Amino acid sequence: MKKNGVKMIKIKAKNVDVFYGKKQALYNIGLDIEENQVTALIGPSGCGKSTFLRCLNRMNDVIDICSVKGEILINDFNINDKSCDVVRLREKIGMVFQKPNPFPKTVYENISYGPTIHGMAQSKQEMDEIVETSLKKAALWEEVKDRLHEPGTGLSGGQQQRLCIARAISVRPEVILMDEPCSALDPIATAQIEELIDELKKEHTIIIVTHSMAQAARVSQNTGFFHLGHLIEHGSTDKIFKNPDNTKTQDYITGRFG
Amino acid sequence: MNLILFTFIVLLGFTSYYFGRRKAYTIQSSKKRLTALPQFYGYYLAIWCAIPAFIIFSLWAIFEPTIVKLLVLSDYSNQGYLDDELNLIYEKTKSLSRGQFTGEITPFIEASAEKYLSLRSIAQSSKAVIVLSIIIASVAYAYKRISSNSRTREPVEKFLNAVLFTASLAAILTTVGIVFSLIFQTIDFFKVIPLFDFVFGTHWYPAKAFVRDSSEALDPTMYSDTFGAVPIFAGTFFIAFIAMCVAIPIGLMSGIYLAEYASTKVRQYAKPLIEILAGIPTVVYGFFAALTVGPFLKELGTSMGLEVSAESALAAGGVMGIMIIPFISSLSDDVITSVPQSLRDGSYAMGATKSETIKRVIFPAALPGIVGSILLGVSRAIGETMIVVMASGLAANLTFNPLESTSTITAQIVVILIGDQAFGDPKTQAAFALGMSLFLVTLCLNIVALRVVKKYREKYE
Repeated sequence: MKKNGVKMIKIKAKNVDVFYGKKQALYNIGLDIEENQVTALIGPSGCGKSTFLRCLNRMNDVIDICSVKGEILINDFNINDKSCDVVRLREKIGMVFQKPNPFPKTVYENISYGPTIHGMAQSKQEMDEIVETSLKKAALWEEVKDRLHEPGTGLSGGQQQRLCIARAISVRPEVILMDEPCSALDPIATAQIEELIDELKKEHTIIIVTHSMAQAARVSQNTGFFHLGHLIEHGSTDKIFKNPDNTKTQDYITGRFG
Repeated sequence: MNLILFTFIVLLGFTSYYFGRRKAYTIQSSKKRLTALPQFYGYYLAIWCAIPAFIIFSLWAIFEPTIVKLLVLSDYSNQGYLDDELNLIYEKTKSLSRGQFTGEITPFIEASAEKYLSLRSIAQSSKAVIVLSIIIASVAYAYKRISSNSRTREPVEKFLNAVLFTASLAAILTTVGIVFSLIFQTIDFFKVIPLFDFVFGTHWYPAKAFVRDSSEALDPTMYSDTFGAVPIFAGTFFIAFIAMCVAIPIGLMSGIYLAEYASTKVRQYAKPLIEILAGIPTVVYGFFAALTVGPFLKELGTSMGLEVSAESALAAGGVMGIMIIPFISSLSDDVITSVPQSLRDGSYAMGATKSETIKRVIFPAALPGIVGSILLGVSRAIGETMIVVMASGLAANLTFNPLESTSTITAQIVVILIGDQAFGDPKTQAAFALGMSLFLVTLCLNIVALRVVKKYREKYE
């Protein structure tokens, strides 16, 4: 999205280093992420792309031995600063995981979870509305509107993942992080999610980690290529896929290694 | 003698294993492919040694005493002795042969004792000869039979299967036997004491049954108002309730702390420390309750102007609760830890705090398992004996005042069965009836607990 011809930068990562105990997982990452665009992070397994993604909503805090250094500015505010309130941060930065992980609760309770803990609805009616719009945005409403009060774990894999997306957007986050959201799904469910990502980028900034080069090419506007903890190259998806600067990128994209 | 024989058979087993394996190696060295690993040939021969030995030993154990007895008593046949008298003579013979007979020794009995001894030694040596020759024959037969294409793996596996099956069968049969002995004694008890009086009677005073002279005829009416079990059922559940009031909050909270809050290091030390509580013998808890907690509560109560019995339900229940803490804490810790990390991540990523995540996601997900652990704790509380016997008094008061003394099913069983017992007496049978009720209650609790735990497992696996 451009304002006055200038691309708006939503997230700015500067000199990010991540350590698991003594082992360094990310080296000096600097990456700008544009607002209302889909940014794909690609690279071979273990290259640090998921670790980077988890830096953006401070999910690495959950892992005892993990430490993050450097600046990550979201709306020009450094989230690694001590004054950052993680609860508010995660309200703004939603996340969808590799394996669908609906809570063992009803479909309705899965969606109302976020709004409840952030006190976003004053009445039952408001909550009903949030649940309905979230499910509609996640293109799941038609399939589950008659079974809102059945367990979310009873849905199919693709439906569960869309339920998790609906759960993430229920608190109206500005950014949605997706960690290989389609890796556990069949091609049809994958196509549905990809369509959904395209729709969601109108209102949210999306960062997606993926193993599928085709998926990155299909859904993203920008791409970053990680290798062994280094960000090798980043830029517009068109450029990365058609005319990369780095030979490693070229080799990975053409399937010569990875 | 038996020991030497046994050692010899074990040695034979090892030797046949060795020979079986050696034969397999010989076959192998002649470039033939074996149907199983050489060890299996060895095991196969060892089994051919073990099975006949086992069969002969058990047959001998069953039939030897009967046959010896028949032979010894054959001298007394046609002399008009009754069966009981014959049995008595045989017992005398046996004790004389062991040199433990103290009564008057008649030449008759002396002769029988000698005969008995010689018969025994003949039996022993013939057993040794028969066992060894049969084993050697069977091993030799099997040794000749094994060849490059004989099947040894399947019989060995089948044998192992049979051994394991026998082991579990033994466990099950023992349980069934115990239950049946409970059932028959209980039925006898209810022939004298009406079921209604037992279940709904409010007066438990088995001491009244002690005064009966066992030579008197049994008169059921004298037991009315003696075996009313309501006070001790009430006491049992009351003390278990107090125990759970202590154990559930502390156990659950420490379980949650260990699973969710404690760092790996703290958990590494704290968990075994808590589990030490489970290793303390209950009798130690018992005197802790009776000698430390009980008097302390009594003093505390007196200073506050309350009347507290030194053997209060509170002391027994409280200490019992401490005993149960590690069960609940450790089990619920396991259950909470096994809730998938992905659910925690999902909740944290929504911006939930740790306590919100525990309250809204982890606890509900782990609830069935936690309920299971609590039910197992309850069944322990109900079955616990030592603490109650030592700390809560033996008089069956129907009371719900935690400061008074009360008694439980287990404590009453102890009271009834300590010292001399007459079998077939309602007093003794009352213990079986109580045991049966206890068994039914804990059985139901365990079944429910296992069901609940199983349901939980199905959800995540």
